Amino acid sequence: MPWFKRKTDGSEGKASTVQIAEGLWIKCDSCKEIIYRAEVERAGRACPKCHYPFRISARERIALLADPGSFEERDTNLETTDPLGFKDTKKYRDRVRAAAQKTRTDEAVVTGLARIGGLPSVLCAFEFGFLGGSMGSVVGEKLARAIELAIDKHVPVVIVSASGGARMQEGILSLMQMAKTSAALERLGARRLPYVSVLTDPTTGGVTASFAMLGDVILAEPRALIGFAGPRVIAETIRQPLPEGFQRSEFLLAHGQIDAIVDRRELKETLRRILAFFADRPSAAG
Amino acid sequence: MPDALDFEQPLLELENRITALQAEDSPRARDEIPRLEERLARLRQRTYASLTAWQRTQLARHPRRPHTRDFFRLLFEDFVELHGDRLYGDDAAIVGGLARFGERRVVVIGQQKGRDTREKLARNFGMPHPEGYRKALRLMQLADKFAKPVITLVDTPGAYPGIGAEERGQAEAIARNLRGMAALGVPLIAVVTGEGGSGGALAIGMGNRVLMLEYAVYSVISPEGCAAILWGDAGKAPEAAESMKITAPDLLRLGVIDTIVPEPLGGAHRDWEGAARHLREALRAELGALAGRSRETLVAERYDKFRRIGAFEETAMPAPGA
Repeated sequence: MPWFKRKTDGSEGKASTVQIAEGLWIKCDSCKEIIYRAEVERAGRACPKCHYPFRISARERIALLADPGSFEERDTNLETTDPLGFKDTKKYRDRVRAAAQKTRTDEAVVTGLARIGGLPSVLCAFEFGFLGGSMGSVVGEKLARAIELAIDKHVPVVIVSASGGARMQEGILSLMQMAKTSAALERLGARRLPYVSVLTDPTTGGVTASFAMLGDVILAEPRALIGFAGPRVIAETIRQPLPEGFQRSEFLLAHGQIDAIVDRRELKETLRRILAFFADRPSAAG
Repeated sequence: MPDALDFEQPLLELENRITALQAEDSPRARDEIPRLEERLARLRQRTYASLTAWQRTQLARHPRRPHTRDFFRLLFEDFVELHGDRLYGDDAAIVGGLARFGERRVVVIGQQKGRDTREKLARNFGMPHPEGYRKALRLMQLADKFAKPVITLVDTPGAYPGIGAEERGQAEAIARNLRGMAALGVPLIAVVTGEGGSGGALAIGMGNRVLMLEYAVYSVISPEGCAAILWGDAGKAPEAAESMKITAPDLLRLGVIDTIVPEPLGGAHRDWEGAARHLREALRAELGALAGRSRETLVAERYDKFRRIGAFEETAMPAPGA
């Protein structure tokens, strides 16, 4: 079953960030209002009218959440070996290098140590612009190392997901990263270290079906697409139109799948409160 | 034989000629038969020694291939099926229960495709809903509680992509199984017997040992799905199957599986008993090797096994942002 298809039409792909990079005025994807770009920036790259959060890069996400100057990036020196020798219209390694240049990020996830509202944590943020945030061997390895670093430093883990799922170009090895990351989180949990998962637009496929849904607390940004199978795959399978709002954050909240939907402006403070709750461990101090 | 695959046709034609000659029972026929039988043996050897990834995919999906419940019947005694996830429903696409394997008591679980149209519909073509995965985890944890090994048989096109599945947390169910298997304190042996369809397969497949039948396939996405994404044409599935590296020898080389379980010549669908005999031997060996290991060792070894899988190289640290 093709359960992590990405596509470029309306319901999944959003071109709004491209528009943001250009003119002074842009149109919101959600409420269709014409909005002033500087106001969007001030609102944490969200629509100032309807608070719809635009897709942001991993760097912007880290800037939004980590205390200024606190982020210490890790493991930027891992590179795929193209284990399948995969080639479609381009060679896989060329695709990876082009993505790295375009996003100025070594892979589809950025990991490191950070402070969030003064509280130490391991913070991982996905770069959707890097091959759709897809998870191959390097992403799996970076996440596993990040989780092991958290165990080592005795700090919580925060992962902000934005991913189409497993990376097809690494085939079965991508699938196995689901096992690797989930096993690492099992270890983290056994040490009673908290993990907060933040789901952003879009989080689908093998990423949702592994670490993204394993948070002790699972937060989502408003109106994010979150699911196992992509909406088009489901529509093709069941040959029926999908219900309004299907697989959006609000749908998941209504079905008991996530803890809360948090406005981007409130995200850092919400994380701080959650981390502060878990940091308060008088009995574990000894 | 009905349901013959394209590449099986020349073999079948020879077989039919031999059968016809046997019926004829003339001196000419008695002369001809040994010659044809020799040709058949050579042709069969040649055909199965050089199967393409797509031909293997067709064998893995063969309508007469033994399915999970067939293997249960051939391999295990005293089977008691256990139903339901205790939360919402019972998913017929995953079957499981208590069984005896030789002298050992084991918990057995697997996806079940249907044989005829009615069963296919009832079992949703072996594509589980969250209830199926939750039932599987419940049974694994039951095994853990009573210190019994778990054997899973993987044979699914994938987890079902549907509205109800999403509403009830397909992704969460699979994720929870992965974490749950990582914590299992008993031996877990997973066998890809037919189609290993992506996350829906892995959701019961995180074994201390992962075995694969000779002609089974295991992939991150179906060849049809891959072809549709790459070339906008599901008809190019044979090419996609080749480039994705989905066969048992490929997966052994990539370090994803531990052992290839041989199939009878011509494939498991031609000789169920023979297929079961090979699998029985393999399971006995693996269970024997894992017996007596502590809970901690089993968990740690499983962690290390999956922690190692992946292909990357570590380069010198680049300048930040490079």
